[in-house]
Amino acid sequence: MTYLGMPTAPRGVGQLRGDEPFPAAATKALDNQQLRRNLRNATTTIRTRRLRAVGEVPDWQQLRAAGAAIKDDVLAHLPRYLGQLEEQVTAHGGTVHWARDANEANAIVTSLVQAAGATEVVKVKSMATVEIGLNEALAEAGISAYETDLAELIVQLGHDRASHILVPAIHRNREEIREIFLREMPGVDPELTDDPAALAEAARKHLRKRFLRAQVAISGANFGIAETGTLAVVESEGNGRMCLTLPKTLITVMGIEKLLPTWRDLEVFLQLLPRSSTAERMNPYTSMWTGATEGQDFHLILLDNGRTATLADPAGRAALRCIRCSACLNVCPVYERAGGHAYGSVYPGPIGAVLSPQLTGTTDNASLPFASSLCGACYEVCPVAIDIPSMLVHLRSRVVDDKAAAHRLPTPEAAAMKTAAWVMRDTRRWSGALRLARLGRVLGRRTGRISRLPFPLSGWTDSRDLPRPPEQTFRDWWSDGGGQK
Amino acid sequence: MKAALFITCLADGMAPDVAKATVRLLRRLGVEVEVPMAQSCCGQAHINTGYPREAYPLVRKQVSAFEGYDYIVSPSGSCTASIRHQHPGVARGQGDEPLALAAENLGKRTYELSEFLIDVLEVEDVGAYFPHRVTYHPTCHSLRLLRVGDRPLRLLRKVQEIDLVELPDAETCCGFGGTFSVKNSAVSSAMLADKTAAIKASGASVCTAGDASCLLHIGGGLSRQNAKAKPLHLAEILAATKEDAQ
Repeated sequence: MTYLGMPTAPRGVGQLRGDEPFPAAATKALDNQQLRRNLRNATTTIRTRRLRAVGEVPDWQQLRAAGAAIKDDVLAHLPRYLGQLEEQVTAHGGTVHWARDANEANAIVTSLVQAAGATEVVKVKSMATVEIGLNEALAEAGISAYETDLAELIVQLGHDRASHILVPAIHRNREEIREIFLREMPGVDPELTDDPAALAEAARKHLRKRFLRAQVAISGANFGIAETGTLAVVESEGNGRMCLTLPKTLITVMGIEKLLPTWRDLEVFLQLLPRSSTAERMNPYTSMWTGATEGQDFHLILLDNGRTATLADPAGRAALRCIRCSACLNVCPVYERAGGHAYGSVYPGPIGAVLSPQLTGTTDNASLPFASSLCGACYEVCPVAIDIPSMLVHLRSRVVDDKAAAHRLPTPEAAAMKTAAWVMRDTRRWSGALRLARLGRVLGRRTGRISRLPFPLSGWTDSRDLPRPPEQTFRDWWSDGGGQK
Repeated sequence: MKAALFITCLADGMAPDVAKATVRLLRRLGVEVEVPMAQSCCGQAHINTGYPREAYPLVRKQVSAFEGYDYIVSPSGSCTASIRHQHPGVARGQGDEPLALAAENLGKRTYELSEFLIDVLEVEDVGAYFPHRVTYHPTCHSLRLLRVGDRPLRLLRKVQEIDLVELPDAETCCGFGGTFSVKNSAVSSAMLADKTAAIKASGASVCTAGDASCLLHIGGGLSRQNAKAKPLHLAEILAATKEDAQ
């Protein structure tokens, strides 16, 4: 089944696609010992903390079910809730813009900044703006966008890419951060040490100047309440609070799936999100605003960029429940070893493997649904109960169907799978084929184990042996009366 | 009591001792075992590689091969999970609601080995004897899809003379994941390295699990490293008796 006619996130802009398929990118990343060490320490620590934070909540499973149900309701009635949100925001003095894709969103933001007469903006961490490549688009228009979230600041000053949803600079250690600050931070103390408190203080001083100067701020939103027109940002450092209150103009870019129907629904999500992400009972700063006060300007940009395409697949739309907590990243054994860059998208890890290919269409990101051993650890921790393993299996069939549609002849893999199924569904053929495995006994005759297999199975013997096949299949042994006592 | 054995394609062709042990164990516990020969493969490799359409005839074959049995026992968590959780969806994907319902019914009658022993036969002490240091790896399908919980451990604890030691980070995936082990071989091997290191740290001479597929991968890694520990399926340990040790 192909989803023709449903626009996906456009190519050539933003950060939803990698330069190489996951297997190649991951293999390279495995050699980065620092990345692996940092990731292992960070994810192990936060995993344990999350268990404790979640364990305190006696009705956690009900909360998860409620979260999933609320989000499914939003997805089932998206036009209605979006319309309500627009009405409310407008009634409270804000302006709502609709952006069908990254290019449209970038154009709208650029013109808004220009209309405000600004050449620089401060930014609150927003994955949606990285998704659409906003900073690059603004730069092309001569507008500097300064990240104020500490990790995003490190990534920006390091001319780098985020590798984790919650802790984007997890691949960096303190020496590197010190070097980056010394090299790129204007007015930094040349005696700066790599003591974390000193680094944080340097960032604080640097950002304070920016906050006080900024006329325009750009943010994302964790939640948009349709009932009241309220936006909410959930953060840990206070930079969000600074950006949302000091500048005269606030521009918020929000994915259309980030809605909640009513104010009351925050009760569920403000319990689910902090415990799942930073493993806190409550995060330090939660800012909520409705419209704009007198003399200030608020613009809300509703971003599609492939979300409606994702909504169109009944077996894939639950990915839009995601509240970007990153709990799945922190339990994923694949992510822990490969790191975020290997996924090529601002959304990495398990959720990235199901969301990125749906936003871009499965022809791009075709390797991501296979970047998983289907262990299911992600599904267990997802606060909105997204069945990621089943979704991965479903997306794999979409990738296979894409390949079949693109080729006149079946791919070698498809031919092999069809042949195997043809053999398996006939008892005589199947019994015969099982017997053929015995031929493998010619390998490994000396040592009793097989240490090298030919292509395409050679990947197996890179790190594993295979035992010699047995002399007789089980069913032949049984038919020969071997089962007789 | 009569039960049908769901051999699994892997045990049939590569690890027949697992299936033989399952039969021996069930018989010792008074179960009459039949092996319907029309069975083949649960098709999870097809389903998980993106070919559910090709698995559709295998779903039908599974349903028909095991018709009429109240109990079907399989020494495989992943195959049991595929029947229970994937087969109805494969049938529905082809618009075959009757087959989907039949598959759901089959799923209710199919048991992974430890499920059958604990829930149906209601035994924990199966009369096994295995004087070795053993560590147990909970396979992901058994752990998270079937939710077997501590059933395998309860059975292992009752094995005479067994020295059961805990596996560090037991619930972390071994890295097999079916075709993942070949398509993403480097990451799979990295996960395997951590699993074999944990097995070594446990001091066990045997690593056991309820899935021959994961054991093939884990055992393959242990063998490549010339490790002391050897893989052995749960069925083989539970089937072992004092007579076997002699």
